[in-house]
Amino acid sequence: MIDLQCPIPISDYPVVTLAHGGGGRLSQMLIERMFVPTFSNTALEALHDGAILELNGTRLAFSTDSFTVSPLFFPGGDIGSLAVHGTVNDLAMCGARPLALSAGFILEEGFPMEDLWRILLSMQRAAAEVGVPVVTGDTKVVERGKGDGLFINTTGLGIVLPSAHIAPQRAAPGDVVLINGPIAEHGIAIMSQREGLAFETDLVSDSAPLVDLVMRLLEVGGEHVHVLRDPTRGGVASALNEIAAKARVGIRLDEERIPVADAVRGACEILGLDPLYVANEGKCIVIVAPEVADRVLEIIRAHPQGGQATLIGEVVQEHPGKVFMRSRIGGLRVVDMLSGEQLPRIC
Amino acid sequence: MRFVDEFRREADAQKLVRAIERLVTRPWTIMEICGGQTHNLIKFGIDRLLPPSITLVHGPGCPVCVTPLELIDKAIRIAQQPHVIFTSFGDMLRVPGSTSDLLSARAQGADVRMVYSPLDALALSQKYPDREVVFFAVGFETTAPGNAMAVWQARQLGLRNFSILCAHVLVPPAMQAILASSDNRIQAFLAAGHVCTVMGTREYEPIAEQYRIPIVVTGFEPLDLLQGLYIALRALEEGRWGVEIQYTRSVTRDGNVAAQQLMHQVFEMCDRQWRGIGLIPASGYCLRSSWAEFDAERRFDLSGVSTQESSICIAGQILQGLKKPPQCPAFGIQCTPEHPLGAPMVSSEGACAAYYQYGQPG
Repeated sequence: MIDLQCPIPISDYPVVTLAHGGGGRLSQMLIERMFVPTFSNTALEALHDGAILELNGTRLAFSTDSFTVSPLFFPGGDIGSLAVHGTVNDLAMCGARPLALSAGFILEEGFPMEDLWRILLSMQRAAAEVGVPVVTGDTKVVERGKGDGLFINTTGLGIVLPSAHIAPQRAAPGDVVLINGPIAEHGIAIMSQREGLAFETDLVSDSAPLVDLVMRLLEVGGEHVHVLRDPTRGGVASALNEIAAKARVGIRLDEERIPVADAVRGACEILGLDPLYVANEGKCIVIVAPEVADRVLEIIRAHPQGGQATLIGEVVQEHPGKVFMRSRIGGLRVVDMLSGEQLPRIC
Repeated sequence: MRFVDEFRREADAQKLVRAIERLVTRPWTIMEICGGQTHNLIKFGIDRLLPPSITLVHGPGCPVCVTPLELIDKAIRIAQQPHVIFTSFGDMLRVPGSTSDLLSARAQGADVRMVYSPLDALALSQKYPDREVVFFAVGFETTAPGNAMAVWQARQLGLRNFSILCAHVLVPPAMQAILASSDNRIQAFLAAGHVCTVMGTREYEPIAEQYRIPIVVTGFEPLDLLQGLYIALRALEEGRWGVEIQYTRSVTRDGNVAAQQLMHQVFEMCDRQWRGIGLIPASGYCLRSSWAEFDAERRFDLSGVSTQESSICIAGQILQGLKKPPQCPAFGIQCTPEHPLGAPMVSSEGACAAYYQYGQPG
């Protein structure tokens, strides 16, 4: 039983740092030591991209996400389209078709009305593309200086396909790990626009809805599709580490097979970042039983969101809880979870 | 990707590994100077491809790791002053001082900003003329020219609100300190390719002569590292010493003369404390007295900054190549990237971080 007398579980951090929101180990600590025990219930403890609730025999997926991206407009999207894609993708990762979205806006006094209008139209287009209505919302305005222009929260409700049985725990030795295209594009596209780092690139964010792709691959793979996960903050490495830990299996990657666009690799090499830890917004890790792997890969490749899909690794019995990778030159190394934010190196 | 993939080809790497296996007749201990080299050796699993008779020892070339605790405490003290914008390379922000680090100072309200170049800090001082902008000038000879340029430009622009907290360190005195130590077991060095791109290789020649040791100036990609090791091992097996350059696509004997001239105009050599190692004479750069107006240590009152190093951390022995990270009793237990006791656990060039992040799966 937790009450106000209980000591704060993460006493070694007297204040919240940015790393607590970075999607790595500190985010996980915050969730596992503070949020989950406080609100303890079975739907929450599954710790999936969304909660699964049963209602009269129908499984509902329920997910929420807040968007604080800066800059608000970036190559390949804006905070509005991102807020729709982020939540519908979280529902899709539960094997659910989105039913409805809510949208909450926190606006800063002085925010240009024209920018707000552009963002709303962008949200409307993104929602129409997926065929999901925005059915309720909320608006708050905070004083100038107390917000970063605009924050958006979206919450989504979806109906889980009867054939879908998606859970990180279902990753089993022998399964293969697929991804629907080149990684790290969203994170690098955003970084290329930030103050102090503007570099010339044609790179655009991969922000896209994955609902249709997931529905199609579930038609083919059914219950043989074991895990779906969109590797957003913390990137592919953090998502796979979470899966390996939950399922108590090892995940073995092959560096040579992981698709990374040259522009992204170049930016990562210069900044000393590892693309495995950089955010994606239109990517999906698909872990499937080997017997359906070829057919699922074919379906993903035939889809507009999956033209460059590849097999990047496999689930193994060795090293349970760990992700490891065969390097390009044949050495083996661990791919650990990131501890905080990735920081560019000195030289 | 051009200029990267060529240096990561598995077939070529395997050829070099075979050549090294054929060459080596007895155990050898080689130190790679630079933390960037350490990380790639472990990240690509090169250490495990080599014959077991070769011991790779990780050197002190991690600027973040050797920056003295006192300067980190001073950085935090400066950053906490309300009119200051404190700027730093990202890598420095997580390094633990005596009681805090720069990221925690930021979380508690200090205006700490990550920049990618000292010239970005200079731009901030133009943008905010009524604030004091301080740049944390850390690093070896690689970052010194850029930092010298920032100070030089600040004078050209007449900026009165820009200063640097200078923590520059130099490679050759550290190599000499390691070789002169009675515990030394290093038989050859892979010198740091980027440092020598700036400085050239002349200053390494007397060291190689005095200690009769092969020094191979080496790059950072897997094939560079394997080729550098091959050249060093060939010299060892043949009983030769001297300076050889593996990283010929970037390094010349004279280096970048224009950069050296600017550095000498702005900086002079001074004694420097190395975190975990101690005082090494003439091993750092400080601002010359004619540039003292840009010295943050003179501009801010830093009296009463007292420092306290963790008593468990063996960073000093790791940075001198006397021990490897897994030999530290705190490694992975009390000391993790979330709770670092010493800088090598947090820096992207630190040896402890490399072992923690990429180490063997089990």
